[in-house]
Amino acid sequence: MTTETTFINDEYKYGFVTEVEADTIPKGLNEDIIRMISEKKNEPDWMLEWRLQAYRWWLNKEEPQWPMLNFEPVNYQDLRYYSAPKKMADRFKNEEGKIDPEVKKTFEKLGIPLDEQKQLEGVAIDAVFDSVSVATTHQKVLEDLGIIFCSVSEACEKHPELIKKYLGSVVPYTDNFYATLNSAVFTDGSFVYVPKGVKCPVELSTYFRINAQDTGQFERTLIIADEGSYVSYLEGCTAPMRDRNQLHAAVVELIALGDAQIKYATIQNWYAGDKEGKGGIYNFVTKRGHCRGKNSKISWTQVEAGAAITWKYPSCILEGDNSTGEFYSVAVTNNCMQADTGTKMIHIGNKTKSTIISKGISAGQSANTYRGLVQVLPDAFGCRNYSACDSMLMGDQCSANTVPYIEAENSTAVIEHEATTSKISEEQLFYIKSRGIDEENAINLVVNGFCKEVFKQLPLEFAVEATKLLEMKLEGSIG
Amino acid sequence: MSEKVYFEIRNLHADVEGSPILKGVDLKINKGEIHAMMGPNGSGKSTLSNVIMGHPSYEVTEGEILFGGQNMVELAPEERAQSGLFLAFQYPVAVPGVTTAKFLKSAFDAVHGEQNIKAIAFLKELRANMKYLGVREEFINRYMNDGFSGGEKKRMEILQMLTLQPQMAIMDETDSGLDIDALKVVSKGVNKLVSPAFSLLVITHYERILNYIKPDHLHILMDGKIVFTGGSETVKKLEEKGYDWVREEYGQEVLAGREEASKV
Ligand SMILES: Nc1ncnc2c1ncn2[C@@H]1O[C@H](COP(=O)(O)OP(=O)(O)OP(=O)(O)O)[C@@H](O)[C@H]1O
Ligand SMILES: [Mg+2]
Repeated sequence: MTTETTFINDEYKYGFVTEVEADTIPKGLNEDIIRMISEKKNEPDWMLEWRLQAYRWWLNKEEPQWPMLNFEPVNYQDLRYYSAPKKMADRFKNEEGKIDPEVKKTFEKLGIPLDEQKQLEGVAIDAVFDSVSVATTHQKVLEDLGIIFCSVSEACEKHPELIKKYLGSVVPYTDNFYATLNSAVFTDGSFVYVPKGVKCPVELSTYFRINAQDTGQFERTLIIADEGSYVSYLEGCTAPMRDRNQLHAAVVELIALGDAQIKYATIQNWYAGDKEGKGGIYNFVTKRGHCRGKNSKISWTQVEAGAAITWKYPSCILEGDNSTGEFYSVAVTNNCMQADTGTKMIHIGNKTKSTIISKGISAGQSANTYRGLVQVLPDAFGCRNYSACDSMLMGDQCSANTVPYIEAENSTAVIEHEATTSKISEEQLFYIKSRGIDEENAINLVVNGFCKEVFKQLPLEFAVEATKLLEMKLEGSIG
Repeated sequence: MSEKVYFEIRNLHADVEGSPILKGVDLKINKGEIHAMMGPNGSGKSTLSNVIMGHPSYEVTEGEILFGGQNMVELAPEERAQSGLFLAFQYPVAVPGVTTAKFLKSAFDAVHGEQNIKAIAFLKELRANMKYLGVREEFINRYMNDGFSGGEKKRMEILQMLTLQPQMAIMDETDSGLDIDALKVVSKGVNKLVSPAFSLLVITHYERILNYIKPDHLHILMDGKIVFTGGSETVKKLEEKGYDWVREEYGQEVLAGREEASKV
């Protein structure tokens, strides 16, 4: 028995399919499809116009080639760009909006009760099923404080001035191939606005569920924290098992004005494909935060445990003087998974600070790359960055890479970078086992210890969820 | 095996990467006895400790390790610990990110069953033991052995031993690296466990620990074999004269044994 065994992904627990009648549109991508999406969503003309501009731009773009990823090219004409549970499709026309019982059951199975009386305390949840937000809990508490938490479609309708002002202001539709595609065809996502001086008393959360086959999911999240406000947001994801790869190309934009703080956490557990690498989600995501005001702060925390391919660099543009950007990441890859993930910290304002803590765990034949950029512009004085990127290898068929780019154009910048790569060591496992702890729990202890700094950033209940998720990924690791 | 013989090693041979390190170790420890083991560097003391605990780098090619009527050789390390064996390591290993409290609670639950103690009662007991061993309160939230000094690690091994309450323990050079005061405190901790139901093997290079933990028997390990077993008075002689006389007196046997082995 070797202890450095490849750990085998157990059966994907969330791989069930829900039978619901769906309201879909034909496969393929062209201007008519985009018009159809916009119409389904009852959007104003300016929104459609924005989508079309993005689409035209996208036609001249190509997929980026630089990530360390290998995968079958996506046939964008063979995808469906809109699918909604039928009974919900006219939600925004008919205010009664009862949720399909099957959809409700699905979320309950995932531990997300949508009924008012069963709702989780301290967490307001926006549940997204395929392309549409089906329910948002705790609306009343939020309304009383003037916090807006709704789907982007609803915001288009009710708060057009905010959408016009902020949508695309951090990630413009010209940004990159996937973000451009998202801008053209995004279906829904969450919108948050926290007014001046308000500290949001509950965690806001979105739960994405991909159900329909051959459907791309293109959600768009926009969070604005006005001056002196605070909000903590969590996104969790699952998808059923499908043999075909499914595309997920989300865009998340965060805006923190003066003295505001946004915490954004992701627990990503998309279906990763089977052991041979068949199926699974392609996860191409653009997440960017803009610290616009003085003393503002944006923290990204991510636990990336699923998806066949992950391409994701939650970043911070530190424009306001004395603003702070943080990135805490755990990325686990197993079997044939590939992850190319990291962050960009762009220091524009004086005395801006950033921290990057990245933990990569690779097992099986997987590949796990950290890619990060720390950039200090010429007239940004007194900036600091601290980066620590640690990789842990389980077995000898997997790989870990660290690709840090540092561009300090101002000589007053202080930049520290540390990187380590270790194998889960036989000595460590033996030591733990000699205390009576079995191999599986010994590995769990080592792995959770390795991820501790990142888990500490998560709200307690999500830290517990993240710990369980990693344990689940490690289950059956004994050869 | 007589009633009283509690722990017994019979003709134990073990290899590392194909080369033999242990070459026929025989050792009997009765219930309630304390044995000391000495021997030159590289003679195989830590190897013996590791093999007793089931380290995967070593292959047992012959012999058995009997404890409480079971042959340990067939068990996984965690099962050996669960049946009441404990090893205080010569070189304890760090477990970053796992607090002492978490580590010890996990170990305790694994050995004694999760239901048997509540977290609060456990912490109370742990704090009491820490105080007894002069381990500062803050260590409860530090990561196991991570950044600990050599002496702190050794103390932590004994804290673990007190926590897990084994029936048979091996201390592999726990005294090396301890200052004089620490040695006293640690010995006091060990003596707390000493009872007619507890057996102990103390591996050391120095007499001083044996002034605090009094052995009933002394063994000398040389070149993978126990070449001498006697009373604790021999420790003085070793301290004064080193191992040369042992080699002269008993080394022949070892060499003879080796020649015989190479003929086969
Ligand atoms: N994992 C290993 N790989 C290779 N050689 C080993 C290994 N473990 C032990 N050895 C060798 O076996 C012999 C015995 O080592 P061991 O550590 O058991 O000695 P010791 O008696 O504990 O010495 P000390 O008094 O210095 O602690 C040494 O020659 C050592 O180099
Ligand atoms: Mg040794």
